[in-house]
Amino acid sequence: MMDLFFTMLIPMILAVVALYAMGRRVDVYAALVQGAGDGLGTLLRIVPSLIGLLTAVYMLRASGALELAAQWFAPVLNRLGIPPETVALLLVRPVSGSAALGVGSELIAAYGPDSYIGRVAAVMLGSTETTFYTIAVYFGAVGITRTRYAVPAALCADLAGFMAAAWAVRICFG
Amino acid sequence: MGVTMSVIWTGMVVISVLCGLATGRGAQVAAAAVEGAGAAVELCVSIGGMLCLWTGVMEVMRRSGLADKLSRLLRPVLRRLYPSMAHDKAVMDSIAANVSANLLGLSNAATPLGLEAARRMGKNSGGVANDALCMLVVCNTASIQLIPTTVATVRAAAGCGTPFDILPAVWLASAISVGVGITAAKLCARLWRGR
Repeated sequence: MMDLFFTMLIPMILAVVALYAMGRRVDVYAALVQGAGDGLGTLLRIVPSLIGLLTAVYMLRASGALELAAQWFAPVLNRLGIPPETVALLLVRPVSGSAALGVGSELIAAYGPDSYIGRVAAVMLGSTETTFYTIAVYFGAVGITRTRYAVPAALCADLAGFMAAAWAVRICFG
Repeated sequence: MGVTMSVIWTGMVVISVLCGLATGRGAQVAAAAVEGAGAAVELCVSIGGMLCLWTGVMEVMRRSGLADKLSRLLRPVLRRLYPSMAHDKAVMDSIAANVSANLLGLSNAATPLGLEAARRMGKNSGGVANDALCMLVVCNTASIQLIPTTVATVRAAAGCGTPFDILPAVWLASAISVGVGITAAKLCARLWRGR
């Protein structure tokens, strides 16, 4: 029942918004098409920064640098209460959403979705964002060259999210 | 894109080259460099439809006054987060819609709304990120999604019978992460004043 609700969430939002707007005598279709056209402009502005970022991420993944880093960071992670098995996920999460989903799915499949590691990986994926991608898109769109404290503050939130994910799984599942 | 992203990007590329040479994966790195650019365009094509659809839906929400209602609900909180923008109705509306889209997990809808707010905030900024812009970016780099559907799909695919049983843990972790991000941004705003 809950699963059906979540599956139908997006179509239901579409229906409710359209009905509400009809009730308010808004030309629903004209508004929809005009907004979609505006979205196209936004999309075009995002393409260049995505090309730059994804090229670097693909190279980084292919070079084996991520696995090396995983070995180096294990002692620190243990101290923070983060299972070191998830290190590749931590490193990839702020940089690439699809890579993080790939690494996370691997962890969930390898350790089992109801294992400690599997749950921590899932909660990490669900409670953090692709930080560097977001920063690139936002500051790129506005033409910001001096980002001041945005990057360190965002990384603080990420680190807190990773530690909290491991902690929350221990609290919620004993 | 600025110094920060330039340093990060150059670092990533240089490390990839050095590490690829050291581990004997030079050929794979070379292939990846070609592949990545193509993948970026593919990604844009694959999210393009959804992105445009949701900007369309948001336009419907805006014209029907639904966005106004959401905005009004969130405004007391947002006013405290963005004190310098509280007087600007257009900015506050965009932020409120951005936050509600993020809560619903509609990141493809949240981004254009956030960018709309960012563009208005960034007017006359001369390429320097002001406090409101930093707060907006920090809030958007922290996930506040109420129902992480993608992760649940992955768990179900791995044979989990109750893929949504992680929801409380996700909410707890999200709340802590967002709280730390906002606190860090507010503290930094004080430390960075005048710079």
